Amino acid sequence: MSSQMTPGIAAARLPSETVETHFADLHAPLAPHEASVAADRCYFCHDAPCMTACPTSIDIPLFIRQISTGTAEAAAKTIFDQNILGGMCARVCPTEELCEQACVREAAEGKPVEIGRLQRHATDKLMAKQSHPYDRAAATGKTVAVVGAGPAGLASAHRLAMLGHDVAMFDALPKSGGLNEYGIAAYKSTDDFAAREVDWLLGIGGITVENGKRLGADLSLDQLQADFDAVFLAVGLGGVNALHTPGEDKNGVEDAVDFIKALRQSSDLTKLPVGRDVVVIGGGMTAVDAAVQSKLLGAQNVTIAYRRGREGMSASSYEQDLAASKGVRLMFNVQPVALRGNGTVREVELEYTSDDGNGLKGTGEMIRLQADQVFKAIGQTLETDAGLELSGRKIAVTETGRTSVAGVWAGGDCASGGDDLTVTAVAEGRDAAMDIHATLMGSN
Amino acid sequence: MADLTTDFLGIKSPNPFWLASAPPTDKEYNVRRAFEAGWGGVVWKTLGAEGPPVVNVNGPRYGAIYGADRRLLGLNNIELITDRDLQTNLDEITRVKADYPDRAIIVSIMVPCEEDAWKAILPKVAATGADGIELNFGCPHGMAERGMGSAVGQVPEYIQMVTEWCKKYYDKPVIVKLTPNITDVRKPAQAAKNGGADAVSLINTINSITSVDLDAMAPQPTIDGKGTHGGYCGPAVKPIAMSMVSEIARDPGTHGLPISGIGGVTTWRDAAEFMALGCGNVQVCTAVMTYGFKIVEEMISGLSQWMDEKGYTSTADFVGMAVPNVTDWQYLNLNYVAKAKISQDDCIKCGRCYAACEDTSHQAIAMSEDRTFSVIDEECVACNLCVDVCPIENCITMEAITPGEIDPRTGKIVEKDYANWTTHPNNPSNFAAE
Repeated sequence: MSSQMTPGIAAARLPSETVETHFADLHAPLAPHEASVAADRCYFCHDAPCMTACPTSIDIPLFIRQISTGTAEAAAKTIFDQNILGGMCARVCPTEELCEQACVREAAEGKPVEIGRLQRHATDKLMAKQSHPYDRAAATGKTVAVVGAGPAGLASAHRLAMLGHDVAMFDALPKSGGLNEYGIAAYKSTDDFAAREVDWLLGIGGITVENGKRLGADLSLDQLQADFDAVFLAVGLGGVNALHTPGEDKNGVEDAVDFIKALRQSSDLTKLPVGRDVVVIGGGMTAVDAAVQSKLLGAQNVTIAYRRGREGMSASSYEQDLAASKGVRLMFNVQPVALRGNGTVREVELEYTSDDGNGLKGTGEMIRLQADQVFKAIGQTLETDAGLELSGRKIAVTETGRTSVAGVWAGGDCASGGDDLTVTAVAEGRDAAMDIHATLMGSN
Repeated sequence: MADLTTDFLGIKSPNPFWLASAPPTDKEYNVRRAFEAGWGGVVWKTLGAEGPPVVNVNGPRYGAIYGADRRLLGLNNIELITDRDLQTNLDEITRVKADYPDRAIIVSIMVPCEEDAWKAILPKVAATGADGIELNFGCPHGMAERGMGSAVGQVPEYIQMVTEWCKKYYDKPVIVKLTPNITDVRKPAQAAKNGGADAVSLINTINSITSVDLDAMAPQPTIDGKGTHGGYCGPAVKPIAMSMVSEIARDPGTHGLPISGIGGVTTWRDAAEFMALGCGNVQVCTAVMTYGFKIVEEMISGLSQWMDEKGYTSTADFVGMAVPNVTDWQYLNLNYVAKAKISQDDCIKCGRCYAACEDTSHQAIAMSEDRTFSVIDEECVACNLCVDVCPIENCITMEAITPGEIDPRTGKIVEKDYANWTTHPNNPSNFAAE
């Protein structure tokens, strides 16, 4: 067995029991007593700010009141009515920047009601009953293709199936779930929750799923339009931005999303190799997830190198604190200028940056970090535009997800206007489904 | 620190906090520990007549009502009087009183409504050296079915009769404990006074069913599938108790009759409120059954601090001070006009005031796009509901309009002179009297 000190990239740096503990639930589920204490703190606000702050507009005061009166199953229905992926959102939402930030008890005491954990309490309870809580409306005879089985695709497929349409869902990867399955940190989706949630969601019926079908390779938008009454694209961002830095091709330099994907699909994390000195380039959630998980796997030194200041990081302050608490070093105002090493990366050369108001510039001062593994986490890109009009680097859509082509809707990370959050993708998928429904049924 | 020594009917105790006749005072072990904890006195759990003691149920005796975080707000019980042998209790009372001469020990008694029964037990109680007796005319369950407890307390003639017997056969103070399960508490209080009672104590517990088991379809506490009404007590009953206390305190027939206040006293403030309404001391039960004897420390320190702040040197200084301000609705000043005011600095924007006012009251609170809540003076009748539902203390206050200014709701000048319903032009009897 290797140790944290083992040079290079090595597996089994920590004993399996330690790794198991490290990758357990980040937030343990609330025990029934904890849930009732937490629920009692809700003030049942009028036109509640938490509800306004939720991208899917879950009626939070109502579901918390339902928990406090002993009907967590009814609470779960309140949640799922607005957000069918309420289970995953309870785990991955940056609640500290959404509902819990808006909670009036945050204003009153600096301690919001634990909305995220209460949501998980309710949704877990209903999902544990293993029955799907929704019925389908009478068949409409309409068919819809949903491309991409991530949060947006799943939310739209479920809503469309519920409204009586037949849905064919396609996904490029072997498993459905999108970033829920392949992207987010393992300690936020334990016990194969992403896959279980997909199975549970599909319990509505009326949704066929074909995996291994990639838009542009195995599917064409033209054919989908010909075969279905409507198309919803939720293909996410399959491409990864390059660093454009000398040495980017050296061994040990990887995309953070690939590392996270491999980690999420690993059945034995002690077999997953990680560097002794890991440097993650980037400042978003992917950077934090890669860095924290490297540390949890046993990397001795993990550094996040971000080119702007702390305030510029798209990872929330909560995530920054999480990384710091796990022992990740956060470096700000540094940009990579070279990745050095003889075939295999050995160190990262960074240049300090400053922003004088006219854009970010290198100061000329350098610093070198030892690195035997470098993760690039500087953003993902749209893989195929399928001939649709773009807005910036994403598919241009209206508020209800309509693209430039009639009969084609898009939502989630591939579409313009979002914020790359699971919960926003769910809202977009749901809202596009409602618009598709209205269009297909001729009321729009 | 203010001296809390209290003289009630000539019985001195180091503070006005007594334990009520109830499970906490059922035996020597408890009472000794209560005195060690600092309680000023106890009313020993009700003794019955000599002979085989009563038996209690062998299942749940208590039911509860909770507030947020399972804070116990109301407790109900179906326990009877002491189920221990009379002589055992008498021996224990004798020993404890001998060891704690500075503390008050009152013996609660409930025997059948026959002169001989009272004549038999009173000398035995007197022999213990206890400071007085309390007649349990209040217990609403179990014993009432046997013609005792509230069955006596609901008939003023019986109260007077039994009180007279007690005054005849016992020479120390007699306190009559009243039941709230009547329509007008002044009648039994008057009867007690007529019978020669030295004081009344109130309230005893209120007939109640706290909850229903929706699986068993039976009231709780449930004994083998059945339940019965029990006696309700705890913080939830305090308003009822204080109203009854005030009725006795201000009724010309009973004004000045010493009162021992009972009913949901949980903190020093509750005690001070009862005393302001005319109680010479208070009796506590549910609060110690919830938190233990230790709470008396907070009650002692709190009352002392408040008395110091107010300049009171004796508990007698403020007893009854609020009584003159308890009046009938018809004498309230209808020319007094107030408006709610919301402190924007304290507001946490929960909107409960808005929901309450908009949905159920006078539509007198406005809500802006950015959730600023403000009072519409043109609509506000100062009902206080917004204050009551606001989670932040003192965030919403009621501000009186200075006489001479215009009430934006009525468009009329606020009069400075007092005027009540008796002389109001809308009062039909005002004209009828002419």
